[in-house]
Amino acid sequence: MSNVGIVIVSHSPLVAEGTADMVRQMVGDEVPLAWCGGNGHGGLGTSVEAIMGAIDKAWSEAGVAILVDLGGAETNSEMAVEMIGEPRSHKIVVCNAPIVEGAVMAATESSGGASLKEVVATAHELSPS
Amino acid sequence: MAASDFSRLIAAAADTIAAHAEELTALDQAIGDGDHGLNMKRGFEAVRAEADAFAAKPLPEALKGVGTKLVMTVGGASGPLFGTLFMALGKELPAAPDRSGLTAAFGKAIEAVAARGKSQPGQKTMLDVLQPVYEALAQGKTAGEIADAADKAAETTVPMRALRGRASFLGDRSIGHMDAGARSTALLVRAVAGAIEGN
Repeated sequence: MSNVGIVIVSHSPLVAEGTADMVRQMVGDEVPLAWCGGNGHGGLGTSVEAIMGAIDKAWSEAGVAILVDLGGAETNSEMAVEMIGEPRSHKIVVCNAPIVEGAVMAATESSGGASLKEVVATAHELSPS
Repeated sequence: MAASDFSRLIAAAADTIAAHAEELTALDQAIGDGDHGLNMKRGFEAVRAEADAFAAKPLPEALKGVGTKLVMTVGGASGPLFGTLFMALGKELPAAPDRSGLTAAFGKAIEAVAARGKSQPGQKTMLDVLQPVYEALAQGKTAGEIADAADKAAETTVPMRALRGRASFLGDRSIGHMDAGARSTALLVRAVAGAIEGN
């Protein structure tokens, strides 16, 4: 699939899965989509390993946009991108946007065939600057 | 560094984290999400389990291996932060570092941690311990003096207002508690200093 992939990373698996459900219902299946949440030990949190797995699952040659919730999700996502390394890391962006709205808007943009840059810009527009 | 020396460093680090896990969790419960002790213990026990394999590698590769393991097992924001410290040290250290090589590499590793956490010293984080440790290293202090400097530095986080991490949500209420990451950093510095002095 050549549309930009969307990855949802929340501290809570319920939030991540619920957000993905909303994206699927509102945008459909034209966008590679993956989510992860929880610390991998049954608690709230985020896991670099799980994020790397989600990026693989939603991978697209057009790139991947990641939507996160609280700070640790961002730090862990940036770590995951770095560990994936070049050249793929150049095509992965951690978005500064609210997780639910950002995921839906980014996926909507992606479903129309937009570039990674356009998808990310659409998500960023949701954040007060 | 001989393989047995590196194994001993890992054991010393894992021992001190295990011995202080409850204290670290209590510090984190005061102003964070209360999982720091458990997370750090899980990470350092995972490192301990593979200590011999790490120790068999050249020092830079061994440190990178330890860092990667911490990233994958500690979780929370601490995993990437402590992992980055070790990974960057591994990247920057020469295979047989002298004091100036170690100091320079440590300085670069601190920059990497600051970039990862988008933070700087003075914000009630592990950087408030790492920076004075770097300065003590640069001034040629002994291992014991460096460990003392780390403990003192962790104490300085008590009156600070948290500007990064979960504790920053509390604003002024973060004042009066020691930062858990600063404490665990000081514990690790003392463990490593003790293992080196014991040579």
